[in-house]
Amino acid sequence: MSAAEIERGLDIAAVRDDFPILHQEVHGHPLVYLDNAATTQKPKCVIDTVQRYYTQENANVHRGVHHLSELSTKHYEGARDKVRRFINARSTREIVFVRGATEAINLVAQSYGRSHLKAGDEILITGMEHHSNIVPWQLLCEQTGTVLKVVPIDDEGKMDFAEFERLLSSRTRLVAMAHMSNALGTINPVKTVVEMAHAQGVPVLLDGAQATAHLQVDVQELDVDFYAISAHKMLGPTGIGVLYAKEALLEAMPPYQGGGDMISMVTFEKTHYNDLPYKFEAGTPHIAGVIGLGEAVDYLASVGLERIARHEHDLLAHATKRAEAFEGLTIIGTATHKASILSFVLKGVHPHDLGTILDRQGVAIRAGHHCAMPVMDRFGVPATARASFALYNTVEEVDRLFDALEYAQRMFA
Amino acid sequence: MFDLNDLYQEVVVDHNRSPRNFHAMPDASCKADGFNPLCGDKLTLYLRLNDEGVIEDISFEGSGCAISVASASLMTEQLKGKTEAEAEALFERFHEMVTSDVSEPAPENLGKLAVLSGVREFPSRIKCASLCWHTMKSALEGDQAPVKTE
Repeated sequence: MSAAEIERGLDIAAVRDDFPILHQEVHGHPLVYLDNAATTQKPKCVIDTVQRYYTQENANVHRGVHHLSELSTKHYEGARDKVRRFINARSTREIVFVRGATEAINLVAQSYGRSHLKAGDEILITGMEHHSNIVPWQLLCEQTGTVLKVVPIDDEGKMDFAEFERLLSSRTRLVAMAHMSNALGTINPVKTVVEMAHAQGVPVLLDGAQATAHLQVDVQELDVDFYAISAHKMLGPTGIGVLYAKEALLEAMPPYQGGGDMISMVTFEKTHYNDLPYKFEAGTPHIAGVIGLGEAVDYLASVGLERIARHEHDLLAHATKRAEAFEGLTIIGTATHKASILSFVLKGVHPHDLGTILDRQGVAIRAGHHCAMPVMDRFGVPATARASFALYNTVEEVDRLFDALEYAQRMFA
Repeated sequence: MFDLNDLYQEVVVDHNRSPRNFHAMPDASCKADGFNPLCGDKLTLYLRLNDEGVIEDISFEGSGCAISVASASLMTEQLKGKTEAEAEALFERFHEMVTSDVSEPAPENLGKLAVLSGVREFPSRIKCASLCWHTMKSALEGDQAPVKTE
């Protein structure tokens, strides 16, 4: 996409037209959907693709010789190539379909972790991780005696880089961190992290669940070893995700689950595993989800990630400006390098009450710990309210959020 | 349509702002912790019972949303001087009120607690209102594990 095209910006009305769910009223008000970090809405093309698959193409993949099976296999594998292109992986052998980013991380923990890590080795994560990038490592640590080390975050919600450098030691065997924080919006300096880890021969996993709908991700440019993706947070269906991993790593990893599709030959004495990526895709996959995800990445690419990022940056800048001027409001997460998330607390009104009151104004936000309880502890709050933006949100919607906050504040005054 | 003001009635807002019996109790005869992981409501409930099983004193500490704080505050007001059996019976009636169908009239024998009947219209908030009651029951039953609403 040329600079001039990005400059032209989003045709927001056209984008909104692509999302049928946005055009409804909630409690008598036009819906303002600001819970995109939890899940994004789906464009009509994704909904249509999933429906077309079930109404016209449904058959199992990789086994039938009949027309429908060939068709669904073609679309399933076509989606794999679309995802490959979207994140610029070298090969479709590096694109493993899983149930979500959570399963992608669990796969790495159980397959790579159990076969490569031992007692006394260390895994390095940060203090801003989602539970899904904490608990799989804790499970692994219990199984192997590996030790989990945590890089603290500062008052702005950035990782303490000096501490990262200190904790990255000769015992470190893996670094795992969020590309972008779901609770704070912070974008980690992942390229530098990868370079520093690699200088010590340590592979890096990035939890990309939050990043892929907002940032252009190029796994070759990042030189990242593992990258976890969630389809439903990037306009795709729920129940599907991607593990990107470098081919050499996948080759050296044992299967995660056993079953059909992941084998080339089975006898009761010995089983030969299938080639990549199928070695890691046991059982009939979520075919409709995969094809829907393929459509979603095409849609994102057609709108343009850089254009989306610029639009969301403007929304966040406007929201931040209004938040800073709002009496009694404290933003949680003020890193310079952040995207599309405004997490905050309002004096005198608990986030959960805010959630209910805003809902009655038609404004959907998230209230709670955002599956990142250690982040809440770090900032000394039980919960935050979180407005998270996507490509289809508007400046007017941000203003509706603040109107609703004023209303809530009056109610509790 | 149900109005937000039915949920956040003046009494609720007032009890949230200035919760009654909001302190620790060093000489409590029993206590329990309650936790609602959905919104981070946390409370500790203290009870002092006399030999006849009458609640002589009751208090709580913690943090949470307006519904959970107001509900705990109102509960402590209502339970002082009640027997264990009366407290459990009141819990049952309260539970019935917050989970009853909105098309039915709210039960009438709940006195001041009736201000929380609006919770019926907000299913995601029922746990907030009932957390303190579950915690009270657990304290009376001497459970050590913290109460969780999910």
